[in-house]
Amino acid sequence: MNEKVLMRGSDIIGEASVRAGCRFYAGYPITPQNELPEYLSARMVEVGGTFIQGESEIASINMLIGASAVGSRVMTSSSSPGIALKQEGISYMAGLELPGVIVNMMRGGPGLGNISPSAADYFQSTRGGGNGDYRTPVLAPAGCQELIEMTFLAFDLADNYRNPVMILGDGLMGQVMEPVVFPDFLDLNKLPQKDWALTGCVDREARAIFSMYLGEKGELCQHNLELQEKYDRITAQEQRWETIMTDDADLIVVAYGTAARIAESAIEEVRGQGLAAGLFRPITLWPFPTAPLRELAQKGRKIAVFELCLGQMVEDVILSVGERVEISFHGVPGGVIPTPAEVAEFLNSVAKGDGKVGRRIEV
Amino acid sequence: MITRTTFAGFGGQGVLVMGYVMSHGALLKGLNVTYFPSYGAEMRGGTANCTVTLSDAKIASPVASQPDTLVAMNGPSLEKFENRVVENGLVVLNASLIEEDLSRKDVTLLTVPTAELAREVGSDRAANMIMIGALSAKTGLLSQEETIKGMRAALKGKDKFFELNEKAIQRGFTFVNNGK
Repeated sequence: MNEKVLMRGSDIIGEASVRAGCRFYAGYPITPQNELPEYLSARMVEVGGTFIQGESEIASINMLIGASAVGSRVMTSSSSPGIALKQEGISYMAGLELPGVIVNMMRGGPGLGNISPSAADYFQSTRGGGNGDYRTPVLAPAGCQELIEMTFLAFDLADNYRNPVMILGDGLMGQVMEPVVFPDFLDLNKLPQKDWALTGCVDREARAIFSMYLGEKGELCQHNLELQEKYDRITAQEQRWETIMTDDADLIVVAYGTAARIAESAIEEVRGQGLAAGLFRPITLWPFPTAPLRELAQKGRKIAVFELCLGQMVEDVILSVGERVEISFHGVPGGVIPTPAEVAEFLNSVAKGDGKVGRRIEV
Repeated sequence: MITRTTFAGFGGQGVLVMGYVMSHGALLKGLNVTYFPSYGAEMRGGTANCTVTLSDAKIASPVASQPDTLVAMNGPSLEKFENRVVENGLVVLNASLIEEDLSRKDVTLLTVPTAELAREVGSDRAANMIMIGALSAKTGLLSQEETIKGMRAALKGKDKFFELNEKAIQRGFTFVNNGK
């Protein structure tokens, strides 16, 4: 086994990406994720890859399109407003069916907001800020070791489904340091062959990759139906989640990423006071693990949703469990980092039904 | 066992480095560690703080509701964080810079004249290493050897500082163990 090392979240994604076979990175600086391109600016050179500081976020995502089309494993990263700028390119990648990994270390918004951690880009990530009928798998790691697992998974999903994949972290996750163990480098020669990549057509049929369908025989309609079939397969096969202490729980807390870690400490706290709470943590935000959450939402249980924003994932929770159980929500907007004690107060308030912290959701 | 330590001071005092040293020392000892630095539009002379959580079990939240220990390197940090410390917790003060009295009466107080002790071992700049030595000695979380190993791992490649830092860590331990 490789050695345990203490590293910062942003650097961890950088190291994991090159071990997962990424050989092309383009990005434009923005706090709080600058450590990631800084790390890769040196590391890419060492592994024989390409690092480009693009002239803008838009240029960077479009460079990914070119590098992905020739078959490379490619990545870009930014933080919230920078990801907003990349949406056109992400829509194009979805339409072109080009794999690539997009990292968003979320900061407070809207607009420039500030550089504090936040998780207000759930809608942007899971619903897609770009145009058209497309979907992007969204992975939401919660700890440093999981950043590694999710980075490897993101590249595999992207290649397997020929689709852009997003890793959704936040400013706090990028700065936190934890001990991690890296897996070995993937052997680039053993990655699945890309029989669609534009690698030069000597001795073979020419290939083309495009997202514009002008034909009058329903070609665009057919393209969209095929994309939808792919999204249905992803929905069926790629849902991921974690449950902690849910077996005997009367109260199920739903949270992802950093919010889930704060909530887990809060759960430990309220359990010490006699409240049987447990955690349901979506790891894929799209596809959202709807069925497993619905299964947990049995009669008599209450659901408490906690987010580092004013209520976005809660809509997927409502779509998943509907009117089966009572749902309450507590959110903290960007710029403030809530403590486990604050979340514990919310959980106790939900259990008592006194409405002091958070609000009851009317479905 | 889970213990959370907040280090706070102004930028340039080596506050974040103290957190690195403790984190690396604990990692080498086989403990779970989460190091969480403050970040913001900060600059030299501005404020800096970090929180280090050590545990022999899984660490859920990197954010602490209440630190068990506060290491305050200057007055404003003491003022800002004093009330967050857990009841009957530990406050370690940099006596070379902090003249204020503690308003909390429940906590254990350790005052360390970091600059004076650092000068004794060769340089004012080792004040943070005096402090991390004193902290380790007081809490027993890391032995002198583990603290030194943590420093060497945290400052890997900066070997020219090792000798001075080791002396400073040892001086911090002696200060706590001998009371002077």
